[in-house]
Amino acid sequence: MEHNHITLPEGSIEKTTTTLNIGPTHPATHGVFQNIMEVDGERIVSSDQTVGYIHRAFEKLAERRPLYQITPITDRLNYCSSPINNMGWHITCERFLNIETPKRVDYLRVIIMELARISDHLICNSIVGVDTGAYTGFLYVMQYRELIYEIYEEICGSRLTTNIGRIGGFERNFSNTAFTKLEKFLNEYPKVLKEFENLFTRNRIFMERTQGTGGISAERAMNYGFTGPNLRAAGVDYDVRVHQPYSSYQDFNFTVPVGTTGDNYDRFLVRNAEMWESISIIKQAYEKVQAFKGTDAEVYHADVPEYYLPKKEDVYTKMEALIWHFKIIMGEIDLPKGQIYSPVEGGNGELGFYLISDGGRTPFRLHFRRPCFIYYQAYPELIKGGMLSDAVVTMSSLNLIAGELDA
Amino acid sequence: MRPVRFNIHPKEAEIADAIGMGKAPDGVTGDGFFATQLSSVVGLARKNSLWPLPFATSCCGIEFMATMASHYDLSRFGSERVGFSPRQCDLLMVMGTIAKKMAPVLRQVYIQMAEPRWVIAVGACASSGGIFDTYSVLQGIDQVIPVDVYVPGCPPRPEAIIDGFMKIQDLVGQESIRRRNSEQYKTLLNSYGIQ
Amino acid sequence: MSLNNEIIQEKLIAKFGDQVGQFAISYGMLSFEAPKEMNLKVLQFLYDEPGLEFTFLTDICAVNYPDQKGAELVVVYHLHNLKENVRVRFSVSTSLDNTDVFTATKLFESANWMERETYDFFGINFVGHPNLKRILNVDEMDYFPLRKEFPLEDQTRIDKDDEMFGRG
Repeated sequence: MEHNHITLPEGSIEKTTTTLNIGPTHPATHGVFQNIMEVDGERIVSSDQTVGYIHRAFEKLAERRPLYQITPITDRLNYCSSPINNMGWHITCERFLNIETPKRVDYLRVIIMELARISDHLICNSIVGVDTGAYTGFLYVMQYRELIYEIYEEICGSRLTTNIGRIGGFERNFSNTAFTKLEKFLNEYPKVLKEFENLFTRNRIFMERTQGTGGISAERAMNYGFTGPNLRAAGVDYDVRVHQPYSSYQDFNFTVPVGTTGDNYDRFLVRNAEMWESISIIKQAYEKVQAFKGTDAEVYHADVPEYYLPKKEDVYTKMEALIWHFKIIMGEIDLPKGQIYSPVEGGNGELGFYLISDGGRTPFRLHFRRPCFIYYQAYPELIKGGMLSDAVVTMSSLNLIAGELDA
Repeated sequence: MRPVRFNIHPKEAEIADAIGMGKAPDGVTGDGFFATQLSSVVGLARKNSLWPLPFATSCCGIEFMATMASHYDLSRFGSERVGFSPRQCDLLMVMGTIAKKMAPVLRQVYIQMAEPRWVIAVGACASSGGIFDTYSVLQGIDQVIPVDVYVPGCPPRPEAIIDGFMKIQDLVGQESIRRRNSEQYKTLLNSYGIQ
Repeated sequence: MSLNNEIIQEKLIAKFGDQVGQFAISYGMLSFEAPKEMNLKVLQFLYDEPGLEFTFLTDICAVNYPDQKGAELVVVYHLHNLKENVRVRFSVSTSLDNTDVFTATKLFESANWMERETYDFFGINFVGHPNLKRILNVDEMDYFPLRKEFPLEDQTRIDKDDEMFGRG
């Protein structure tokens, strides 16, 4: 074997695996995190992650800001479904301050949150398609995300980082245009989702790429702290909307889809099924909202003058409204003492807000329990022994949003 | 028929305004020849075929995805092919917050790009740090690399990103051929520590 | 009988006596404290005991109370029993001079990165952690930013004027 032996330079180490860096800058869809993998040919032997490339110090920022100023930073956690983060924060504040929201507000919130969930799952599933080489699905469904953005714009004015809602409700009643757009979405979107499913679900290439890769068992998933669609794909039916209902989710009739093996294909199917459930929930909520007649149909916020910004006409004409407006904007309202942990079902799982207040105008400590950060730890175990291209598909099917990873 | 229709008060399209011809640069025309400055022709070719490198880190990246999608198509402006290799791209589009941990990576990507290269800072975070005036966020990418166009917004609408892109196109179209070798450009890069 | 806060409190007191204390119920969730040497014993008891079975670690975080001398840093564990749908909050406190706390990674895999984040922000040294280094901040950072003594802004920035922001 003499002629096969290569003499290595002095001091070098012989290794059988190659170190590959899938670095912080990789194709724009995923976000910034680094994976350093040891590969033996195409098979992955081990991998190591570095996160923190977009650490923006949300928790320290929140200690400086009164309650309303924290809503814009919650937007930027899971920015694909930012209304859920906003509503989650407002629901945390309402639970903390013992504010009860009227039913119409709850149903409107449910509509917005389910639209955000559809928008998040659409990005995730279409990017799984792009990573297996199918670009068409992505371009086709982005058209329908634009419809969702237009609905948000009607209500709060902005498309992506919405800062939607107030503590106790919404900033304005949904206009007729918003309801018209919602109806058009409900009429047209189910056909599109059916076409999207036809592209992928029984597609032989897609099935062979995604079945059997990136799987995890239910016990390991729970030990790793998985929540959301990733945990449900592994077989555990834990959904915060069912376990700890908020915003009147107990009034709705929906099923929680559950997978079996927890691999990429199951995650894809679970997210698709959740989108169908979301459409059904939005239809139920819309009917319930339309059932309110007369003055009930004008209710869009709870009656909490200490925390809900008064209408501008009142601010310019009434003394009390002026005082409340001043106090709320300048943040002069002191919070009660106490601590609360309040979870909501975000696009990726249980998004928790742990708020500790010592009686000042800003929280003493606010900690976000971010689902992406917690389940990304399991990534080495999911890809071990698999191929490199499967590792890329696993990464996108986990729906890792960099903003939520680093906060 | 378009499957999606939100415009509830549609206006009839006017055919005469719908198609426009690009403007030729100033020059001397004759029988079978057209003489102009080399930089104008080169600029015209470059500006209509910019290949961007999307350096998308956070929320502005999702608005970029919306800009690249069919509704606000960016490939109409010549950037059909987005590349992820710095060597093959002209325009570095930095979209999203750049943390201090990420700044050396950004600098490295900029250094790896081949001349001529332009940089557009999309969003408030890339322009000046945005709402994140914290210990871990770089207050604007112009602390580490030279920037040509800043697009404000949080996130900027796709129309705003396209407007920034069109301003880059203006810069590219009017750039002198000798700019990249001039003393002024060299001192600009040296002030960032880039040779 | 389904699990509720009284049963958890009784079982804990029955097992650990007066080492667990400060029982309080805030917004429906029971919270209690224990000395930091006992944190693994309490977590293991909550995990294994039939009837308690808190097998899901929701969150680990820390809080800095600069006014409580001797107990400035408090590590808070949120646990969840998925079958009975009951949550509990368990905290241990440590002082600034000796920040050693035993790691929960052998029991819960999800504690790995959560403890790294807590170390990164507050400087709590988790004894026995497989890879305790900074996770979100740059590796060269030499202070623990979320402690109350340190400011939010980067003090070396020159383009923003603190005077104008009311922080001069």
